[in-house]
This record gives sequence, C-alpha cells and structure tokens, in this order.
Amino acid sequence: MLEMRAITAGYARNAPVFRNVSLSLEPGEALGLLGPSGCGKSTLARVAALLHHPDAGSLTVDGAPVRRWRHRAPREQRTAFGVVFQQARLSADPRLALTDLIAEPLRATGRREDVTGRVAELAATVGLTADLLSRRPHEVSDGQLQRACLARALVLRPRWLVCDEMTAMLDASTTAALVRVVEDYRASTGAGLLAVGHDRVLLDRWCDRTVEWGTLTSG
Amino acid sequence: MTERAPVLSVRGLSVRFLMPGGRRVAAVTDAHFDVAAGECLALIGESGCGKSVLASALLGLLPGNARTAGAALLGDLDLLTADERTFARTVRGRLVGLVPQSPAAHLTPVRTIRSQLEETVAELTDVRGRVALRQAAEAAAERAAFPVDHLDHHPHELSGGLAQRAATALALVGDAPLLLADEPTTGLDRDLVDRTVDELRRHVDNVTGGRSRALLMITHDLAAAERIADRIAVMYAGRIVELADATDFFGTPGPRHPYSRGLLDALPDRAFTPIPGLPPELGALPDGCAFAARCDRATDACDALPPLTAVPPSPDAVLPPPAGAPAATVACHHPHAALTEAADRA
Repeated sequence: MLEMRAITAGYARNAPVFRNVSLSLEPGEALGLLGPSGCGKSTLARVAALLHHPDAGSLTVDGAPVRRWRHRAPREQRTAFGVVFQQARLSADPRLALTDLIAEPLRATGRREDVTGRVAELAATVGLTADLLSRRPHEVSDGQLQRACLARALVLRPRWLVCDEMTAMLDASTTAALVRVVEDYRASTGAGLLAVGHDRVLLDRWCDRTVEWGTLTSG
Repeated sequence: MTERAPVLSVRGLSVRFLMPGGRRVAAVTDAHFDVAAGECLALIGESGCGKSVLASALLGLLPGNARTAGAALLGDLDLLTADERTFARTVRGRLVGLVPQSPAAHLTPVRTIRSQLEETVAELTDVRGRVALRQAAEAAAERAAFPVDHLDHHPHELSGGLAQRAATALALVGDAPLLLADEPTTGLDRDLVDRTVDELRRHVDNVTGGRSRALLMITHDLAAAERIADRIAVMYAGRIVELADATDFFGTPGPRHPYSRGLLDALPDRAFTPIPGLPPELGALPDGCAFAARCDRATDACDALPPLTAVPPSPDAVLPPPAGAPAATVACHHPHAALTEAADRA
C-alpha cells in the first residue's frame, strides 16, 4: 500500500506547485496519473518515490510512515522504489558504461557479488546486447539508453515502480517493448506501479486504473 | 494540376559519415521523394534511423565528416552542392523554414521573443524602420497564433506550447515555400501535439491567404503524423522502405512493409506489441534487407536488397488514383497485401 495524504509540495517557500493532494495505491496495483504538462504530477511522483520532501502531508509505504526523504530515507525504504524518468539522457551518468549504469544500485547497496548475474539477466530482459552494454550513453540512442535506465530501476527488485513519462521521448515500438518489460516484472513480483503521463490512450491500455490530476486536488 | 509541381525533389540522397579508423556510417541511403506545395509528407521511423540527418542535409548543417551523394532540388538549386554562403543568404529562412525539435533550445534565452522576431523580420524581409518592424513582428506573431501580449517575455517564461509557436512564427517570417519540421511535437502533451500539428497544417494550406507551402515533417509520433500528413514515408536503417498515401497507410489497405505494420501494431490503441529486437547499427548494416533479422516474413530472398517498387492500387479503392499522383512504393520482397490478411493472422 502506498498512501499519500494531503500532500503539499513545491520548490519555493509560500509558492507550492500543488496543495492538499491525496492518492493511494493498493499493493500490486498499476495506477496511471494523467495531467497536462506543468500541473505538478512529476513533483507528486518524486514525493512518492522519496525523492522530494513535501512541505506538508503524510506518505505511508507498506504500512510504514515515511519520515525522511532523499538520502536521509532509510535504505530499506529507498530501495523499495525503482524510478524511471522521462529524459534518459539527463538521468544517466555520462561517464558510466551501460553495464555500470545498471550495476550502480547493486554496488551502492553493497551487493557487488550479484553484479555479473543480475546485469546479464536484466540486459536480456530489456533487450540490450553485449555490444551495447560496453558503450557509454553518448554512443547509444535514446531508446537504448532508456532500456538501460529501466534495467537500473529493476536491478534491486523494487516493490514499487514509479515511471515518470517513461516513454514520452520514445517511438511506438520501444514504448510497447518497455511497457511489456514493466508488466512482465510486475506479473512475476507483484510490484505496484505509479505511471505518470499525458497520453490517455497509453495509460488506459497500460494501467489498471487511471486518474486525472484535476480530480486529486479537490479532495 | 500545375500547382502540384514538387517544391522539393529528393533524388538518390545518401549521407555517409567518415569515422576514425576508416569506418563509414551509412546514415541515409538512396532516398527518393517529392513534396509539393499544399502537401505534407511525414517521415516516420524509430529514433536513430537517419531522419534528422536527412533534415540536416537539406539545411546544409551536416558536420565536416559527412559525405553526400544524389540531389535535393529546391527549384533549380541543388541543396547538396550549395555552399555555406548560398545557404546563409538564400536558403535558411528564405527558401526553407525550420520548425525545430526543441524550441527552448532554438530560441535565444537572453532576449525577448519580440526582439528575436524583429531581428528575423529585418534580416529576411525589406521592412525597415522601428515602427514598421514592430508592426511586422506583431503580424508575424499573430500568424503563428502567438499572443501579442506575451511578446516581451523571455523564452524561459513561456510554456512549451507558446515556445513552439514562437519558433514557428520565426520559421514563417521569410515566407519560405518549404517548411521543415524536425520532431516538432517531442515532449509536448497530447492536446498540445494536436494543436501544434493543426497549426502546422494551417500553414501548409495557408487559409490565411498567400501561397500554400510544402511541409516535410520528421517525427516518430504516429498519431501526429496521422493527423497532419497527406503522405507517409517510412524510414528504416537509413532507407525509405515505404512511401504511401496517409489515408491508405493508417486505414485500409494499411501499410505494406512489415516494419511499418510493426510500428502501427506497437501503438497502444492497436495491438501494443513491440517489434522484436533492436534496429541495426548504421555502421554495420547487412547486405540484404536491414529489417530481415526482426521480420516474421523473412526468407532467403531477403539476403538481397529489395528495391523500392510500386504497389498495385488497392482493388477496393473508391476512386482511381489521380493521374500523375505519386504511386505508393514499398521496398520489401514479401509485402503485406491488405489489412484483411493481417486480421486473419491475428
């Protein structure tokens, strides 16, 4: 269960992006959050993934209230989330080869011994070839880089996935391929999904339930 | 109709990048197409298939290690052999207007939209004098539906949609006969995509008077292409593999090339099935059909490169194709016949 109650968040004092937004996901549920650009849906996704400290409101993850965000959050809570952002290029360290990009969360949490097996397994899942894994981000296309970013999000086997406009920069075939990877992962692990986007057709097809941003703020 | 004479005529356009170590990357190979006034041709394909390189070639913006072959005729001018001086003085903005991929990066961040429009008007037209320039800039903004009360804003103060209109306004100032839109809808939300392509369409038809324009739109957004285009060119691994009427392509008989069909089947409102595998590296293309490795119809025949051949008109077409209309062509040894067959398979 992922429960956000009366969240107010923003980037400047006295000028929150949104006020009093509540949203909850059942365990294993796939929820699509629809809204126009600039409405604050990405900020809410960042709050949900413990990446942005809200000004007010409460967040409960699997029964445990969240008290600290970002690097201050306890590792157990932080690693429960896998996040995929819209701009693969901005969310990948340009110095890391794709294989290291995917392995980084394992190294950061002291699970080096898993690296070889897990990276090979995930590369196959997202459809990256060995030749691509040794390249750095500038040597691959947007679609190939987003595949690596999705593999990175899955590497710690998160209980929750947050996909913030994961496919907005991608062509139709890559979109369908990545959505299938997410759904296969959810089917095998029962993970929940918060998919943020503005493409109603896509989210209706992808998610169990979609909500409009406009209906959240009134509550 | 005489007005259907092509504005841009691309014949056998190829672009190669010479890489260190003698490697060659075949970014575009043997592209043939025409775009006429009042017509929109959408060039679609996956990212990295060579679409944007083709646009850069038409604007003389290729990097120094690029080698081109073929011809791209804009009237009597061959864009592939023109020098930088010709591009700067007669082509960019005057003969070809560019609607950029990312308006936020295209606009100068430190100057207002008004100042950029006035500069462009002064540069491309013979309007002179402060008052006249101010009026001309406002007229240019109105033509692209950019609100005049936002003219004194800087680019970062504009929403994505308004920035897109500002960039479109700049592209329209020179009254160029050819508009080149390179992924104009990337990152915009669906409503804005629809508005942006509808506005582009309006400039193609030019209902507001004056000449109609030709539009070459490069995109991977199939919904946007369906909304705006008269004809569709599908690019795969640097080659145009299918050229078809947009209504036929998105409706019945549907696309003929297995790759085009795969792209449409990947849409969330259709089968939502990805094409298996990844596109090939442009530096290491196979000798035969580049799609064969991902294709469920591939046979031994696909080891040979399929030529672009004309497709027989669909038997259930309501009207015969108008005389002189460009025929649908496809580069495949095993093209799909009609949509009904795909329905049977599914």
